[in-house]
Amino acid sequence: MAIVRSLRGIGNRVVNAVWRTGYGARFFLMTLFYSGMSFRRFRLTVREMFFSGVMSLIIILVAGMFVGMVLGLQGYETLKRYGSESALGSLVALSLVRELGPVLAALLFASRAGSAMTAEIGLMKATEQIDAMELMAVNPIARVVAPRFWAGVISMPLLAALFSAMGVFGGYVVGVVLIGVDEGSFWSQMQSAVDFQHDVLNGVIKSFVFGVAVTVIALFEGYDAPPTAEGVSGATTRTVVQSSLVILMLDFILTAFMFRGD
Amino acid sequence: MERTTLDLWVGAFVVAGIAALVVLALKVGNLSTYNVSDTYQLQAHFTNVGGLKPTASIRSAGVLVGRVTSIVLDTDRYEAKVTMSIDKRYQFPKDTFANILTSGLLGEQYIGLIPGGDDKMLQNGDEFKKTQSAVVLEDLIGKFLYNSADSKK
Repeated sequence: MAIVRSLRGIGNRVVNAVWRTGYGARFFLMTLFYSGMSFRRFRLTVREMFFSGVMSLIIILVAGMFVGMVLGLQGYETLKRYGSESALGSLVALSLVRELGPVLAALLFASRAGSAMTAEIGLMKATEQIDAMELMAVNPIARVVAPRFWAGVISMPLLAALFSAMGVFGGYVVGVVLIGVDEGSFWSQMQSAVDFQHDVLNGVIKSFVFGVAVTVIALFEGYDAPPTAEGVSGATTRTVVQSSLVILMLDFILTAFMFRGD
Repeated sequence: MERTTLDLWVGAFVVAGIAALVVLALKVGNLSTYNVSDTYQLQAHFTNVGGLKPTASIRSAGVLVGRVTSIVLDTDRYEAKVTMSIDKRYQFPKDTFANILTSGLLGEQYIGLIPGGDDKMLQNGDEFKKTQSAVVLEDLIGKFLYNSADSKK
């Protein structure tokens, strides 16, 4: 009987996961469908951009700076063996613009802003604010969810660009100012290696996709959370875990499409 | 509608983000070295282009004068046909040499132009008659081994 029970448990979990996926997809489409208000009353979106974008600035800038400095230090140690310290600039810039900028900024954004979104919406649901809105004939998806979605989608590429720029600066500080790599070759090697369309624009596209994924997961988890203290805390944890995994998986898929064959 | 400090912060954030993108494009990337000025097209046939890629630079006396736009195999001659766009400000004599060179020992490959002494200049669509292919390291080592075996006899 134990086998039957465990089989039943697995089946239940699978059906539940598929169910939630479908509900999540419908939620995403509803968010897009009711996005009109986020632009007609743009102040709503601006307010959310303040909470998810501006408030994440400090962590993004400091993290970017340190990631760039570590890249400069480690890259220098390795490149020194082959006598090609001058390639430090291209190493730092390429790894930041292509991968680390979008991915790390998205991971930080998920844990800094995504978790807050989930907790906020989950609590609004637990305290029946969402139901109250529906009673007043205000669509909660248009009024609460969509502005947060668009704020996240707009903020994410900007945060990733700031992360990369800050990282390049950090690499410059360690490589050129502290270690003493030649400044001219640092920048010129970087410029000859980084292509605007191939590297910078693809990085922006990546961070845009991550922004959509993180905000949709965060908002859906909050909207779907059981209206209890436990439910909200569980949903917040799931947001961070799921969006981190989704970011890394999407990054692999996007990289395979963007940088294949050269 | 009235302005709030919140708008100021969000505005500053958006401006900073766009500024970071511009820095990435101009200072980190190569957007500033793209020539937006008028160009004209020239062609050259090489027996081997080695690792030359589209967007590789074309230099004369070390100065960037243009970029490679396309590399295709010309099946009439079974040679690589390289099309390049050259800045209109620079004109080259008809007997200019086009060589595929490497920057540094293992660096990127580019096309170096060595001007000749002809009075007539290359026009749009013309072809470099004198070209030198990329140096392939295996051939070089093969020649070296062959020569050293010869000299021992």
